[in-house]
Amino acid sequence: MATLELRNVNKTYGVGLPDTLKNIELSIKDGEFLILVGPSGCGKSTLMNCIAGLETITGGAIMIGDQDVSGMSPKDRDIAMVFQSYALYPTMSVRENIEFGLKIRKMPQSAIDEEVARVAKLLQIEHLLNRKPGQLSGGQQQRVAMGRALARRPKIYLFDEPLSNLDAKLRVEMRTEMKLMHQRLKTTTVYVTHDQIEAMTLGDKVAVMKDGIIQQFGTPKEIYTNPANLFVASFIGSPPMNFIPLRLQRKDGRLVALLDSGQARCELPLGMQDAGLEDREVILGMRPEQIVLAGSEPNGLPTIRAEVQVTEPTGPDTLVFVSLNDTKVCCRLAPDVAPQAGETMTLQCDPQKVLLFDAQTGERLGMAGQTQAEGRAPNVAQFKGR
Amino acid sequence: MTSLATKPGISLSRIAIYTVLILAVLLYLVPLVVMLLTSFKTPEDISTGNLLSWPTVVSGIGWVKAWATVNGYFWNSIKITVPAVLISTAIGALNGYVLSMWRFRGSQLFFGLLLFGCFLPFQTVLLPASFTLGKMGLASTTTGLVFVHVVYGLAFTTLFFRNYYVSIPDALVKAARLDGAGFFTIFRMIILPMSTPIIMVCLIWQFTQIWNDFLFGVVFSSGDSQPITVALNNLVNTSTGAKEYNVDMAAAMIAGLPTLLVYVVAGKYFVRGLTAGAVKG
Amino acid sequence: MSSVAVFSKASPFDALQRWLPKLVLAPSMFIVLVGFYGYILWTFLLSFTNSTFLPTYKWVGLAQYARLFDNDRWWVASKNLAVFGGMFIGITLVIGVLLAVFLDQRIRREGFIRTIYLYPMALSMIVTGTAWKWLLNPGMGLDKLLRDWGWEGFRLDWLIDPDRVVYCLVIAAVWQASGFIMAMFLAGLRGVDQSIIRAAQIDGASMPSIYWKVVLPSLRPVFFSAVMILAHIAIKSFDLVAAMTAGGPGYSSDLPAMFMYSFTFSRGQMGMGSASAILMLGAILAIIVPYLYSELRTKRHD
Repeated sequence: MATLELRNVNKTYGVGLPDTLKNIELSIKDGEFLILVGPSGCGKSTLMNCIAGLETITGGAIMIGDQDVSGMSPKDRDIAMVFQSYALYPTMSVRENIEFGLKIRKMPQSAIDEEVARVAKLLQIEHLLNRKPGQLSGGQQQRVAMGRALARRPKIYLFDEPLSNLDAKLRVEMRTEMKLMHQRLKTTTVYVTHDQIEAMTLGDKVAVMKDGIIQQFGTPKEIYTNPANLFVASFIGSPPMNFIPLRLQRKDGRLVALLDSGQARCELPLGMQDAGLEDREVILGMRPEQIVLAGSEPNGLPTIRAEVQVTEPTGPDTLVFVSLNDTKVCCRLAPDVAPQAGETMTLQCDPQKVLLFDAQTGERLGMAGQTQAEGRAPNVAQFKGR
Repeated sequence: MTSLATKPGISLSRIAIYTVLILAVLLYLVPLVVMLLTSFKTPEDISTGNLLSWPTVVSGIGWVKAWATVNGYFWNSIKITVPAVLISTAIGALNGYVLSMWRFRGSQLFFGLLLFGCFLPFQTVLLPASFTLGKMGLASTTTGLVFVHVVYGLAFTTLFFRNYYVSIPDALVKAARLDGAGFFTIFRMIILPMSTPIIMVCLIWQFTQIWNDFLFGVVFSSGDSQPITVALNNLVNTSTGAKEYNVDMAAAMIAGLPTLLVYVVAGKYFVRGLTAGAVKG
Repeated sequence: MSSVAVFSKASPFDALQRWLPKLVLAPSMFIVLVGFYGYILWTFLLSFTNSTFLPTYKWVGLAQYARLFDNDRWWVASKNLAVFGGMFIGITLVIGVLLAVFLDQRIRREGFIRTIYLYPMALSMIVTGTAWKWLLNPGMGLDKLLRDWGWEGFRLDWLIDPDRVVYCLVIAAVWQASGFIMAMFLAGLRGVDQSIIRAAQIDGASMPSIYWKVVLPSLRPVFFSAVMILAHIAIKSFDLVAAMTAGGPGYSSDLPAMFMYSFTFSRGQMGMGSASAILMLGAILAIIVPYLYSELRTKRHD
């Protein structure tokens, strides 16, 4: 097991071509689970390939433990990888698949047999050892792929969207199993996914990527509650954060955001009172669960009456859509609240929890750009437009 | 698309279709039947009967004479074809492996050049090739012919393997590299075991092409080193004395039987080779 | 995090591994560059020289090409190629498509029938030529057969008729290649999207018109491939001529490939032979290049 550190990693595919990876900085401790998440084309798979040594970097360094492995070939980096397609060797049996890497490293057969037995027991694939990959189901193949990685006992595990090819139900099951396994084995892991739920549930640390840049790096909670920019805020969370563009105003000496539902208005007095923000075009961010039904007792929080446009009962919640400032806003309410379209509801939210983003750059106003690795200069991403 | 005829019962159109198809079958078979019949006739039968008349005496004399004339050349063909097929297939496999999984700058260009080379009319290289063979001391030898067939078969064999390997996911090679396997280990233990279908296609295609070749045979060999196609042509087209059609036909059958047998036994690979060559790039 | 980073050098094994793919490909690259393109260049150069029995490198410009143009036999060969090629491609396409369409109708024993149609491709053109030469033998071949069957006075002497001997070449070539075209189109037909056909059926179209108006037009790429392959076979046709007619009677059934061989190796006219080879190359390029160009163009639009 080892630590992983990426220092200012850059990658281009050719002179004149745009950078695929720009100034990637992150580090994780021994035994930590790092998630690389982002939309297609953001560079997460490329970054993973670079960590594995399957692709070269054009700048910066990759450190595993104390070693700079940037120039080393994949097999010398002591890394194991589980691929999205599992990449099991089709002409070999499950046992031979797991043994392959060990045989190449010239382990004695008795040690190999022990490893295979250990891994098979761990993953409950003992009964599959003599079958070929073509005879296995998707879930079984996935386990064998993991077994192949585990048998190597590498310093770092890499997972490239390992659950994407499974059906939804199996995916949820395997997700939990992966978390359990990580708790047991405490392996340093880098995990790539485009699914933000996996990012939130599996990771110790999450790096959100877009266009080859790390938009934010932090714990899942930090990323969720304190997103560094509009992109991170919109990417993480389901249903996604509501974004209301508006212009800040000064009322009675305080900076407020004015909400207008068509039926009523309310002022949100903001925590930040920076003078430079007056009259500024901003985007207000509110998570659906931050908008609640106003109770019968007034509690000092600003309220607004709004007309219900659509409701979506999901089972555990009811999602209610209203219009604020001509923007469709989603509110997550309790399941027993079942308004009809056209009804008027009284909603409230806590202005201390609301987030503000610059409408031009997408940057978060106030606590801009939180954690980067260990106190290095924060990597605040530019997000042009929405 | 096999569902147009919604009523596969007896209808006028189906009768017409079957008639045409069966007629075509007969037309395709007639030359072969005629060759066989003629080969088993005596010269008297040939001159008195017609193409499809049954021999009054089934005689193997045509075959005996034909074999006596061409058997040396038959073995030449084997000496040429077998090594050339094996070598060109092996090289093609390695090339295909490199071109599909270990691409580097210039490899795509090379593949393009190779692809173009498949269309080459061999007339454009005959002269220089024969000079070179002469300089290498291989003129008029079966070894020289093996060499030539390997060189000019490379384009096709590489194409076959490359197109086949391209459909193997490169995650497989990546996984093997992470497991610590090197270039040849990956080829030997992972790729090659998966290659059986295309190896068959390549072997059969090359065997057919090389065994049936005439141009290289007639240009690059003479006398004792000639393959059977050249010998057959010499036999049939030299008009000394009376033509013995039974011998000619028997010799033609001898020349044609190996590839025909291969086709009957392993025909589906042959077809795959044809259609793979047709769907280029 | 320790501030001391240990740099590990790549092992020499790694360096070898990086070079291995290139090393493996190198011999083939060499062979292709020399044996294909180098030799073409050599032939090209020879076509501008005075070479006869042996190569001499005396520059004579386009003289050899001029001699070709003045050579009646070359004109006959070229004309024959056009006639042979056109008829061969056209008839083979028609027969191949027809057979493919018919075979697509859920025929019993389809596999067996397909095998029969295709077996000629397994034969050498020399064998094919020999067989058809016998079949078309004036006096003892097909004409005698038909006379014996009752068609009095039937004569088939195309093989010795200078004006018609090319048709004999066409017959043999069509016999050999039509099965292949059938196989290509059958594979293409099997890949056609069912839903388009069902839509046409619902629209009330009859089977033949569905094929003619909907299915076959969608197989345009297969047509192009087929035409290219057939044209390629036609231009390279040498074995067939050698076996069936040796270019005769006289040189009335000569084809460029035969011409090249004859002039280069039998008549000791290497310069002219090289020129004819280059012209053959030109003919092939004239077909491939537009095809490849249009393929690349359509791919870019996709």
